[in-house]
Amino acid sequence: MSAPFGRRHAALLSRRTYGPYVVLGAGDESARAQPGQFYMLASAERWGGGDGGRPYLARAVSVMSVGGEGLMEFLLEEVGPGTKRLCELDVGEGLLIVGPLGHGFDAPDAGVSPLLVGGGVGIAPLVAVQEAWGGQALLGFRDAEHAKAAELFTDPLVSTDDGSRGHHGFVTELLEAELAKQPRPIYACGPPAMLYEVRAVARAHEVDCELAMEAPMACGFGACYGCVVATVDGYRRVCVDGPVFDGAVLA
Amino acid sequence: MIEFCGLKLRHPVINASGCFDVLAAARVFGDELFEQFPFAAYVSKTITLRAREGNPPPRLWESAAGLINSIGLPNRGLRAYLETDLPALAAALPVPLITNVMGSTPEEVGEILDALEEEATVAAIELNVSCPNVATGLDIGADPDGLEALLHYVRPRSSKPLIVKLTPNTADVAACAAGAQAGGADAVSLINTLCALALAPGGSGAWLGGGSGGLSGPAIRTVALAQVTRVAQRVTIPVVGMGGVASGADARDLLDAGATLVAVGTESFRDPAAGSRIARELDDGFTQIAH
Repeated sequence: MSAPFGRRHAALLSRRTYGPYVVLGAGDESARAQPGQFYMLASAERWGGGDGGRPYLARAVSVMSVGGEGLMEFLLEEVGPGTKRLCELDVGEGLLIVGPLGHGFDAPDAGVSPLLVGGGVGIAPLVAVQEAWGGQALLGFRDAEHAKAAELFTDPLVSTDDGSRGHHGFVTELLEAELAKQPRPIYACGPPAMLYEVRAVARAHEVDCELAMEAPMACGFGACYGCVVATVDGYRRVCVDGPVFDGAVLA
Repeated sequence: MIEFCGLKLRHPVINASGCFDVLAAARVFGDELFEQFPFAAYVSKTITLRAREGNPPPRLWESAAGLINSIGLPNRGLRAYLETDLPALAAALPVPLITNVMGSTPEEVGEILDALEEEATVAAIELNVSCPNVATGLDIGADPDGLEALLHYVRPRSSKPLIVKLTPNTADVAACAAGAQAGGADAVSLINTLCALALAPGGSGAWLGGGSGGLSGPAIRTVALAQVTRVAQRVTIPVVGMGGVASGADARDLLDAGATLVAVGTESFRDPAAGSRIARELDDGFTQIAH
């Protein structure tokens, strides 16, 4: 399933917040994406001129949810001049979008309920996974304020770094407990340290894991070769060979 | 229709080498890419004799209105290019193919040109001379006499049009262009990225895995305009101008400075169809109004 060629305008149809996170809903007539795919996003107006003369390039953002009637939702957290500009957009303003891009998650086998392990803003593609295929969400956040985004899921288990909500500790500890009860495949997205720990846990329990990787990107469609990760077959582009990789393939 | 080194091109906008991977883009965008192909000719990523893995990440740094990259010319090497990429490009490309090549010695360049000589799919060759000279550490294209000598050696090895992609990281780019012309180049293209450094936060040295990198984007547009102007005044062979082109007006400036073609690089990262838009803006005369 290919993306429309080129960058196009989309209107911002909705905006809501969960603690520090912002969910933007963009109108895209061709709205369709596999869980794990992403778009390149920029504001149509005033993209640039922020801190350090940035942003300049569009930002790669996972699809959080494909709603009905052409609504495509994205989860954002302000971490720099690009996400700052996107987070401050109001309903009615314009976005420039390219996508959907990348290789998403593979569907689980029939009857299998996977474990969805997310950390921070990395929970985004797992919302789409749960909508499409179900599964038990295990979510790690800094604190209770960030954990407000757990509302995006059905029946999630939550951990926080400071213990202000749910399990006090790492989400991978929740993962260990769930796998001890019932081994099953894992879909994960979050900070690199979390993903590599998820992979280690998956190996120990001999279950498959698919990891959605993140890397700074210039283009999102395989042109620049800037977003590589190390795999057992050498460097691979996150944008076209991923962002979802089988955990066994990553070096 | 534009005539360039014997090639007949629909419009004067092509891509900058390394800024568009047509085979990857075809996987992403499907047939629409070829139905609306944004460039009048397609320039490949740099091909080297042996495979290169490229530089360790991080490879990118966003700067003010620009991008610093240290990609390291990853490619699967000449043999894989001939066996896999060329047949795929021959079947799919709706425009002439310009193959960009680089060698660390004249002999390596010669070997690559020999191998491409019988390949009908390759309409022209662009020679990347931004490879460091092992002895001096300078780009091999940074010294006008050295560049002329390199061209004298490799020129007889190819009957195809030979474009020399000049390095901007030199004291006198016009003298380098003159050296390329004296050595037998059919055209020159410029500018390549400007040597640039991004520091990691916290004083821990270079951010990019490869150390320093190359700056592109609107940040370098005025540098490109100055260098293209000087080169076009110095040589009689055609010039391909590039560097920060993001609009028809930017492209018009380079054409007015003496370029025959304009290449789009980093702007394609922001919009894969940027080449079409820029060609259309040129054609519409939009640029005259904007001036």
